[in-house]
Amino acid sequence: MQLTRAGFLALLWLFVLAALRVVRSDLYAASGVRVAVPGFRRGSLKGSRGKTAKQLVVTHGALAGTRISLDGRPILLGRADDSTLVLDDDYASTRHARLSLRGTDWYLEDLGSTNGTYLDRAKVTAPTRVPLGVPIRIGKTVIELRS
Amino acid sequence: MSAPVPDGAGLTTGQASSSGPTVRPPTRRGTELSMLAFAAGLVTLALVLVESDQQQSLTMQVVYYGLAYLALFGAAHFAVRRWAPFADPLILPCVALLNGLGLVMIHRLDLAFAERAARAAKTYADEAPKQLMYTTIGLILFIAVLALVRDHRTMARYGYTCGLVGLGLLVLPGVLPSSISEVGGAKLWIRLGPLGTIQPGEFAKILLIVFVAAFLVSKRDLFTTAGRNLFGLELPRARDLGPLLAAWIIALGVLALEKDLGTSLLFFGTLLVMVYVATERSAWVILGLALFLVGAFVAYHLFSHVQVRVGNWIDPFANYDTRGYQIAQSLFSLGTGGVAGTGLGAGRPDLIPAVDTDFIVSAIGEELGFIGMAVLVLVYTLLSLRGLRSSLAVRDTFGKLLGGGLSFLIGLQVFIVVGGISKLIPQTGLTAPFMSYGGSSLLANYILVALLLRISDAARRPQSPPKPKVQQAPLAEASTVMVERPA
Repeated sequence: MQLTRAGFLALLWLFVLAALRVVRSDLYAASGVRVAVPGFRRGSLKGSRGKTAKQLVVTHGALAGTRISLDGRPILLGRADDSTLVLDDDYASTRHARLSLRGTDWYLEDLGSTNGTYLDRAKVTAPTRVPLGVPIRIGKTVIELRS
Repeated sequence: MSAPVPDGAGLTTGQASSSGPTVRPPTRRGTELSMLAFAAGLVTLALVLVESDQQQSLTMQVVYYGLAYLALFGAAHFAVRRWAPFADPLILPCVALLNGLGLVMIHRLDLAFAERAARAAKTYADEAPKQLMYTTIGLILFIAVLALVRDHRTMARYGYTCGLVGLGLLVLPGVLPSSISEVGGAKLWIRLGPLGTIQPGEFAKILLIVFVAAFLVSKRDLFTTAGRNLFGLELPRARDLGPLLAAWIIALGVLALEKDLGTSLLFFGTLLVMVYVATERSAWVILGLALFLVGAFVAYHLFSHVQVRVGNWIDPFANYDTRGYQIAQSLFSLGTGGVAGTGLGAGRPDLIPAVDTDFIVSAIGEELGFIGMAVLVLVYTLLSLRGLRSSLAVRDTFGKLLGGGLSFLIGLQVFIVVGGISKLIPQTGLTAPFMSYGGSSLLANYILVALLLRISDAARRPQSPPKPKVQQAPLAEASTVMVERPA
């Protein structure tokens, strides 16, 4: 008797929790709100001429010629063994920089490296969008995104 | 360009979908169905608890009731699947739970009332089968609205018609003779002979919200025009005040004619919020609240029934045997329930007058306690919240205003009801949406929820890819082309 009473209340709360789980999953999924700001997307798409980067190419440095195909997962650059691209470069830090996909664009961010990361000539201090074909310099290594 | 979208991402951008395979956002109908099944299971369990606590014979019948209930909402679910596939997955299950708990509670009160009637050698007509019938009709209306209103924006065209019909419905019981329209001191009903009574005000609310949304969309500029500065408060121009003043007068007119505090408060509050949403000016809210205070003050001094309500609010035990009896019993009921409640079917909520309609939340509070009551309020909040979220996400202004207004209406109504029965605010006769016994309220709320689902479907539906623009050469550069005339 007391057990069923408490059990029913617990089940009621379970319903609320299940509902809140649905709400939460909605928060993580792209919400309808995001669609409402097309201006930003339009601008960025024009910049890359409607093409996404398909691969990452090392153009200069010890690893020149290496290609990594991009599948949407973030790319970790550095000397650490678990990096996506292990840089054999004296001027690179253990965890140097990261490339990550946001929407349709790749963003480069410096992970507190000693010698810095450069996008073309500019030093990367905050996450910066990487257009196709613009060189990323890490120590003696130069990387480019290609379609 | 196919945008690689991270796991679980719902919508691609409109641009992305124009130039490549689109990632279809999850419709989440499966979530809705499982939540509906959960709600139906809870309702069945509640019924089992009531039957066992009331020493009724437990048979397989209960399971059939539960399955029938699931089938009812299953039909609604498939209608949503068919006509609003991207609608919010939580609105319908919340409604199913609230309506089911209401049905179980009405059935539970039926048992108590029937016992009492038997003791007094009277007959008592059960209300639960009637309420179940209204639920079925409500769901049919729900499906009909989903099937007929394919795009909520078409309703904006009928704004003035809706407003006129809504006002007519709101005022109609007030001008009809009391023999047709008066029940229990308030003139809100229309008696339709053997068909029973309907409460046109319930439907008028929705029509008026459609009107206000359409009106505000067409007259938005008028409202945002800067006016005079008064005490650092930017007041709109006097002639822009027209619609708000008209609404205020009508709300008070209804209050005066029909002795209905609840509807006027509900209507006025919702209108104020919609004006605020449309103009983003707090001046309107301050102005509206000031008008409300003046109106409340005048009404208090003008009408005796307002004084009675306020008197009951300040001290229900002063006139315990007469006027304060209802609210005092409600407070006793909530007190008996305490934190965990007496258990379904184990309390005495039937001692509260009008417990099946205005005071059904007290009955829940007694039998499920604070813990169950909190669930109830949370489910209502979720319902309102999901509506508001859809109206934030929907792309057109009319949808935003309509969705915001309808969602806020539910929230405000629940606040007025729960506040009234717990003596937070003066008690006004309003029904708890989906729970209270009453056909009009139930039907109107099902129409409201169908509209909310329609708006949420529009909000989450991926935009159809825009047609690629044909590159047209400027007229001056266009060369003359000979066109063969088709034979």
